This record gives sequence, structure tokens and C-alpha cells, in this order.
Amino acid sequence: MSEIVGTVGAVEDSGDTMLGLREMELNFGPQHPSTHGVLRIVLKVDGERIVSARPDIGYLHRGTEKLFETETYPMVIPHTDRLDYVAAATNNHAYVLVVEKLLGLEIPKRAQYIRVVLDEMQRVSSHLLWLATAAIDLGAITPFFYTFREREVILDLFEDYCGARLTLNCMRVGGLEEELTPGWIEKLRAFTEDLGSKVDEYEELLTENRIWKQRTIGVGILTTDRCIAWGVTGPPLRASGLAWDVRRALPYECYPELDFEIPTRKNADTYDRYLVRIAEMRQSRRILLQGCDWLAANPTGEIRGKVPRVIKPPAGDAYASVESPKGELGFYLVSNGGNKPYRLRVRPPSFINLQALPEMAQGHMVSDLVAIIGTIDIVLGEVDR
Amino acid sequence: MDISESVLNYFLIPAVKAVVVVILVATAAGILTYIERRTLAFLQVRKGPNRVGPQGVFQWVADVVKLLMKEDVVPAKAQHFIHFLAPVLVMVPGMAVFAVLPWGPEFTMRIPGLGKITTAWYAADLNVSLLLVLAITSIGVYGIILGGWASNSKYALLGGLRSAAQLISYEVPMGFAVVSAILMARSLSLVEIVEAQRTHHMWFILPGLVSFLLYFVSGVAETNRIPFDLPEAESELVAGFHTEYSGFRWAIFFLTEYANMITISAVATALFFGGWLRPFPSVKALAFLDLIPPILWFVLKVAAFLFVYIWFRGTFPRYRFDQLMALGWKTLIPISLGNVVLVALAALGGMRGLRILGTVLWVVAAGAFLVVTRLRTAKPPTAPLVPVPVGARKAEA
Repeated sequence: MSEIVGTVGAVEDSGDTMLGLREMELNFGPQHPSTHGVLRIVLKVDGERIVSARPDIGYLHRGTEKLFETETYPMVIPHTDRLDYVAAATNNHAYVLVVEKLLGLEIPKRAQYIRVVLDEMQRVSSHLLWLATAAIDLGAITPFFYTFREREVILDLFEDYCGARLTLNCMRVGGLEEELTPGWIEKLRAFTEDLGSKVDEYEELLTENRIWKQRTIGVGILTTDRCIAWGVTGPPLRASGLAWDVRRALPYECYPELDFEIPTRKNADTYDRYLVRIAEMRQSRRILLQGCDWLAANPTGEIRGKVPRVIKPPAGDAYASVESPKGELGFYLVSNGGNKPYRLRVRPPSFINLQALPEMAQGHMVSDLVAIIGTIDIVLGEVDR
Repeated sequence: MDISESVLNYFLIPAVKAVVVVILVATAAGILTYIERRTLAFLQVRKGPNRVGPQGVFQWVADVVKLLMKEDVVPAKAQHFIHFLAPVLVMVPGMAVFAVLPWGPEFTMRIPGLGKITTAWYAADLNVSLLLVLAITSIGVYGIILGGWASNSKYALLGGLRSAAQLISYEVPMGFAVVSAILMARSLSLVEIVEAQRTHHMWFILPGLVSFLLYFVSGVAETNRIPFDLPEAESELVAGFHTEYSGFRWAIFFLTEYANMITISAVATALFFGGWLRPFPSVKALAFLDLIPPILWFVLKVAAFLFVYIWFRGTFPRYRFDQLMALGWKTLIPISLGNVVLVALAALGGMRGLRILGTVLWVVAAGAFLVVTRLRTAKPPTAPLVPVPVGARKAEA
């Protein structure tokens, strides 16, 4: 990273292109309205056309993975909240899964359902935030307020359940800490039943909007081959036509019992990624309704398995992953038999998906770069860790 | 009567009017920012400013005062003089153009000590006032380009470049749209164009439907508003040409944008919506509409256009630069050329020709609207997604 030099704001020549035209180097970020955090992209632009885009990350690096090694297993959970801080539940989930895998724990059914419900709420709220910011990046300011109206309800439900709105810290190795609060399921069901018509509202504003289509169709194409080559997962992969979803491909918890579909599209552009995420919200709604039904039918039961007092997984290693809103979120755990992880590596979907940015942005205009950053859906907390 | 007629008519009244116009423009632009925020809030299920004064009506005053007191930061390597000149170049034309906007007809009033005075709801009625509007508003572009260039910032430079291309391109269809109004009224004076709509017994929106749409779309582009706000696209260029402006210089750019919106709306009202005339000015049965004074008619019409501006902002995403240029050069300019020919031919036929053109245009427009809405409802909103209910692993194998 040290070779990146350049003063912010100063206009200077940076050599010639093949055509003998002058290129300008443009610092996009780290302080910029559309980089969704502290992402810096060093752009070489010819007029407004992007010759090359080089993401420069690390502005939010907190050494989380090293920090994991100094904490006991239960103490790691709050740190995972702060990776993808708009989707804490799925982070918790991926971490507890890997520890449980190494311990060989059995999770009570009721805990599994509550976890899945929390996950899907988190998926909806993350996609709502994505829709808000992606739309505002393209100049459509109104969807933001509509999606935040709904996201607020989800955050309130989280607060009701575990006391926190963003950094939930809601899962424990072997199950859950908290039982659902009285009336929670009814509130969730009321919201979920409404959600379909709310998603219709967003679609009404954007899906058939001519300018929205012009701005997104054919922008930032990433085909299945390139997705696999880069390791890109999540909505970008599914928008390219491959129905890869960890919930179905490597099933965990009670997902095999639930009835839902994996939405895919064929064109692999920004518009298709938008449609896939919209469809995923509708599928999450289906899962949430089924989860509500099951939890209402089984109002009592164990929520925590037989967990030893001190968590000391046997020496060895394990990998477990969940389908986070951004893609496949995995944790790779190496244990030496102690009460702290020997090494805990995160497979962060935001970071891996971000790698494809230069390829997606090349040849597009500066305005499209904004659309492409938005469509990858990154959270810098997860990219930098 | 010590003061002679000429001093009164050529100095005192114009001077008073000039002061009043400048104050009114600045105030109107400020109030418009408040109205915009409240209207957007209404569209966006939130409240908007509601703390300063009743319902927040004095929010804009507080904002202006705040901006006046803010530190005025000039970048170290900026071209100081041009950096200072740019907001002035934007503001002066934006204000000057209000001199010829016809807000209302002539009227007579009695002032104690001066006697009866006959004057009008406009500062000046030039015989070339429409040309003056086009000429003066174009000067504002220089302010934007120079401001973007003098800031010594890449984002500001890109914003300036964008506006240079955009504003100059959209002057063309706007000019042609105005030409068709001139052809209909056979005058360049805004006051006479309004009066012509009385003598023609119709607003020029009837034969000038296409011209009006072209004018308004170009007008939105000229004022750098969504969906054409590329020169100051926040999510792309931080703030575009005024990235490096702060304090009151920034406020001047900001307020002038709103003043320009009012200008565009007022010219559209005068050219196509009968200015201060009530609807169907020659129909006697509607004479009760005259209870509303002419000036109020004009203000109401302008307000309607301003609402459309704000509505656009709440609804549309932003165009990309190349798409914007394509829209201007490949769509609007050819249409505007054809439209000028059409209107010119109709105007040859005098009032009858214009009436025929108006009828044809509106019938076609209504038909097209019906067909489009029918198609919209017939088609499902999105193509169905491809469901893959089984595990993806199996699908791959």
C-alpha cells in the first residue's frame, strides 16, 4: 500500500495513456459520501471514464482476528458483532456454529428456530439498508426513508429481544442466552405480514423506473465464471445465474425443514443484483412466517444445549459458514485445546466480493463506480476487520 | 406636485421596483428552500424542519444567518480572485433576470402626495425581454465553470466540466422551445406574449404542448436539479463545482439555484400558461375567477411548477453523464427542431392553424397516455425469477 502517493485535491498530471491523452488520478475516498465507510479507491480517469480502479483498504483495521486469540470463547462473540455491524446476528451465528462443530454440540430445536428467525430479520434489515444506500447513491433519495421506516421496526424487535439494536450479541455457544419476550412473536408476525406490501412500495419507486433501469442495466457485469474465480458469493453470484446459497448448499440449523426458494437472475448486472436482493427479502418473509408459526406452536422448550461450564474445544480445526446478507460468511477455527482460540480466521464476504471491484469498474464512468460499490454491498467493518 | 413626471417615471418608480424585486427574489428563494424541505419530508414519511417559528417557517432565516456567520474557507492553491468572482457571476444574472418577468398587468394606485400612479407588476417591459432572459441566464454558466476550475479540486473540476457540457447542450432545445412561443405570439416581449394569449382566446399550452415539455425538461437541466443534477451530484462528486465553497459564498450558489427555479417556472407560466390570465380568459361564464387577482394567478401557476420540481427530486434517480448528453442531443434537439417547424406552419395559418395543431396534439397525447397505461397494467411488474428449490450442489452436479 505504501506505493500509493498523491495529495488529495491537487490537480496534477500523471503521465500519458496510449492515446497520448492526459489521465487524472482521483482519490475516491476515504472520506466520500458513497464509499459506505472508509474505503479509498485510487482511480485513474480519462475524462470521466475509469481506466483503472484500485481499492485501498485498511482504514478501519482493528486487528479483530488477533484480538480473538486473547479472548475466551464466549468473550469472542461481542467482537463478531463489529465485523459486519449492520448484520450482527449472522456474524454471531457463524462463530457459534464453528465452536459448536468442534465441540460436537446438539442444539435444541427451539434455539435453532429462534436463531433462524433472528438471521432472517437481519437479512431483511441488511438488505433494507443496502437498498437505501444504493438508491441514494444513484440520486433516488426517497427509498431511503421508506426502507428505514421498516428497518426501524426490526431494530426495535431486536432491542425488545436482547436489549441491543445493532451489536446484538444475541447468540451463545450451544444455543441462546435469552428466551423470547412475551408478545414478541405476534409483533414480528404483524411486521412480517406487512413487509410484502412494503417491498412492493420500493419496487414501485424503482423497478420500472426508466432512469433506474438505465443506470443499472449492463453496469458492473460479473459473470458466474468470474464470480467463482474471485470467490464472490451472495447476491452477486446468484444474480449471475448460479443458485449457490449456503442455507441450501451446506444446510445448517433447521433450514432443511423450511420452505423457501433461492432467487437467481441471468444477466449478472447491477439491476439483476437489485432484483435478487428484493426477491430475497420476500423469501426471508416466507421463512419468518414459517418461523413464527413454529415458535407459536412450540412456545416452551430448551434454548441452550448441554454446554460445559468452561468451553474448551478439543485440539483440531473446523470451518463453518452461514449465508450472511452479503454472501458466505465463514469462520475457520484452530483450537489447541485451551479456553481461547489458537487462531480464528474470518472469511468475510464483503472483503472477497470487493476484490472484483476493479474488474467491474473498468471502462465504466465515475457515476457507475458509485453504482458498483453500492451493488457489491460492502461493510468496511467486515472488509478491514 | 414638486416632483416632475419624468423623475417619477424614469427614476423613482424603477428604483423602488428594483429594490423590491431584489428583496423579493432573495426572500422567495429562501422560502422556497423551506417549502422544498417540507414537501420532500411529506413525500418521505418524515416531518422536515418544524422547530424555528411556527411549523419551522423561519428555518431558512436561521440557515441564512448561520451561513453568513460561518468561516469562509478558500483552498490554499485556489485562484483567489476567480474563486471570489464565481458566486457573483452566478448570482447577478440570476437576480437581474427578474427585472423582465411579468408578474401581473398594469395597475393604478393612489399614493398620498404623489397622486395617481399607473405602473405594472414588472420592473421593465422590454420589446426583447425573452432574448434578455435567455442571454442573461446563460451567463450564470460561467460562474459555475469558473468556480469549479478556480477551486483547485478535482471533484470541483469534474463538476465544472459536467455543467459546461450540460448547460450549453440544454440551452439549445430550450431556445427552440422558446422560439415556438415567439412564433405563436409574434412578439419577443413577455408582456405581449401574455396578452397574445388573451387575444388568441387560449393559453399557448394547447398548441405548444411539445414546446412546453421541452422547455420544462431543459429548464430542470438548466437549474441542475434532479434528475439532471450531475454538476453537483453528491454521491459522485461530493458536491461538484461548489465542493470547495463554504459559508455565504456557498449560500449564494444555493440560493441562486432556487432563484433560477423560480425564473424557469415564471417564464414557463408566461409563455405557455397565460401568465397572469385566468383559465379560459375569453369565456365570460368563468368571469367569477377574476375575483382572484392576476398577480395571484401568476404566483399560483409558478408555485405549481415549483412543486413539480420538488416532486421530481423526490421521485427520480440521477442520469449518468453520457445518458444526459444522449438525451439532450439525440432526443430533445431533434424533437425541438421538428416542433419548431410544426408550430411555424400552424402559425402561418393564424389562430385557426394554432387551434388545429392544439387539438391534434392533445388528442394524440391523450391517446398515447391511454395506450401506455393500458400496457403498463397488462404487463407483470417484473419478469419471474428462476426458482431453484433444491440444494445448489445437486443442481451443479
